[in-house]
Amino acid sequence: MKRSILKPTHRNWLILALIILVAIVILALRWEQTVFWLSRYGIVLRQATVTGLLIGGVYGLVAMGLTLIFGVLGIINFAHGSLMTVGMYLTFVLFTRYGVDPYLSVLITVPVLFGIGLVVQRFIIHPARNAPEHNQLLLTLGLALFIQNFLLVLFTATPRSIRLAYGRGETPIGPFMIDFPLRIWGTTITLPKLAAFVFALALAGGLYLLLQRTDLGKAIRAVAQDRDGAALVGIDTQRINMITFGLGTACVGAAAALVLPFFFVDPLAGDTFNITAFVTVVLGGMGSIPGAMLGGLIIGLTQELGVVLAPSSIKLLGVFIVFILVLLFRPQGLLGVKS
Amino acid sequence: MTLLAIEGLHVGYGDVPVLSGVSMKIEQGEIVALIGANGAGKTTTLKTVSGLLRARSGTVTFTGKPIHTWAPHRIVGAGLVQVAEGRRLFPRMTVLENLEMGAFRPGPKQQRPQSLQQVFDLFPRLAERKKQLAGTLSGGEQQMLAIGRALMTKPTLLMLDEPSLGLAPMLVQSIFEVVRRINQEGTTVLIVEQNAVQTLSMADRGYVLENGQIVLSGEGNALIQDERIREAYLGL
Ligand SMILES: Nc1ncnc2c1ncn2[C@@H]1O[C@H](COP(=O)(O)OP(=O)(O)OP(=O)(O)O)[C@@H](O)[C@H]1O
Ligand SMILES: [Mg+2]
Repeated sequence: MKRSILKPTHRNWLILALIILVAIVILALRWEQTVFWLSRYGIVLRQATVTGLLIGGVYGLVAMGLTLIFGVLGIINFAHGSLMTVGMYLTFVLFTRYGVDPYLSVLITVPVLFGIGLVVQRFIIHPARNAPEHNQLLLTLGLALFIQNFLLVLFTATPRSIRLAYGRGETPIGPFMIDFPLRIWGTTITLPKLAAFVFALALAGGLYLLLQRTDLGKAIRAVAQDRDGAALVGIDTQRINMITFGLGTACVGAAAALVLPFFFVDPLAGDTFNITAFVTVVLGGMGSIPGAMLGGLIIGLTQELGVVLAPSSIKLLGVFIVFILVLLFRPQGLLGVKS
Repeated sequence: MTLLAIEGLHVGYGDVPVLSGVSMKIEQGEIVALIGANGAGKTTTLKTVSGLLRARSGTVTFTGKPIHTWAPHRIVGAGLVQVAEGRRLFPRMTVLENLEMGAFRPGPKQQRPQSLQQVFDLFPRLAERKKQLAGTLSGGEQQMLAIGRALMTKPTLLMLDEPSLGLAPMLVQSIFEVVRRINQEGTTVLIVEQNAVQTLSMADRGYVLENGQIVLSGEGNALIQDERIREAYLGL
């Protein structure tokens, strides 16, 4: 048997170092072109950075929900995106029928999606708890298909969007008057994207505190770390499964309302977010809550920068490159625990 | 008063039977030892009593109530608590958080500060390492934490599954001391051990499990004198 001198991990680092070296050499040899390119693309790059980070906050929130459910129940919820679509339509209907401001409708979509999550866990996932995990996974896939088609019947495939009546020009934010869109460092920041980012981060922070500080949160972490151990201190693990699924789903309820002012909704709208969230979860480390947020920001950034650097490519190309690199160098994810 | 009565317990994994008709009784205030070779079914017995496994047939009665259909958390709530094999701590939570989780249910939660103080009196080591992640503790410290966490639930009957496993002789001594002290303070104890001499000399009574059946039972000191025990477990 032939034995490699280098350990696999060392070999990976070597590959990365080589790639960076080659990149530096190319940039140095073509210095003039590089400077020209940077001056021309500088603003575009900065804009992409800002946009990427802003949308990344929302990706982080969606991924947090997914990773929370995975950490406790051990299943990838394929219906996560479809449930987000439900939240988006809910926001849409609340806005068009009842004139509810989308940021205010977070107060409705979060509890509603939390409730839907409880019901889905109790009546769809829980009955299959003794089935192999891949069967539970198929169950969530079936649920996703059901929701998508149900929404198709209710709302047709026509993409719909909403327009805020405010957010252009002088806008009162608390006691301040702020001129939107903001222009900072040559970039343009619109109110809907800024609001989505700020609220997403605040909610993610709230969820993190809940998990770290409250007894309920600690019980959730306990079940994720040792289910039998949790049962043996008197924690009702099925109740925790249910609440966790509800909380995870509540995350997309919030994200749904936050993205609608600058996005559109059709029966598949949430699923685009979920594909990103799968990658984000693996990137951040399966089950890691801070990892999900970090991963979300990185994915948002990669996606926007990727479009600028390789304009002809699909949006997700850069994302998958980062994904593959992480799998090579840190298979447990950025903030994941080695198993 | 009979605290726990196990009658005709049949338990298996899949098609493989592991326990075939185990019966035991534990009186209030006792220390009872359950000994047996590797694979005899000791852990399986405790898991079934705790509700983590379901029996094919047989009954488990605790303080007069049939509990063999109850969920584990309800059994803990009734005061029947286990320190499981492998400790089952929450490795990425701190020592303090692990102990707090012991007092998760409403009753014990009210007494949390006093219970914490009692556990820290019993194991000063844990007080020093409050902020440390449980997964980074030494084996002995982990065992202390597992016992401490179980005490936080305010058990009436504490079951311990091989608490001395993998510990240095000095530590084994102090774990046995602690078990004795817990019992003196009013908690009934069921202890599973391979360390037959020491366990039996501490216990009021003992049961010997072999291939899923109780083959011998009696007072602790009497069992130590028993020829069959001496041959099989004491190597004398
Ligand atoms: N999850 C399982 N699936 C299948 N068989 C199992 C499982 N757990 C235990 N067994 C089998 O059941 C039998 C009894 O196991 P058990 O763990 O109860 O023994 P034990 O008396 O606690 O042994 P030890 O002293 O080694 O801990 C063994 O033959 C074991 O292989
Ligand atoms: Mg065992």
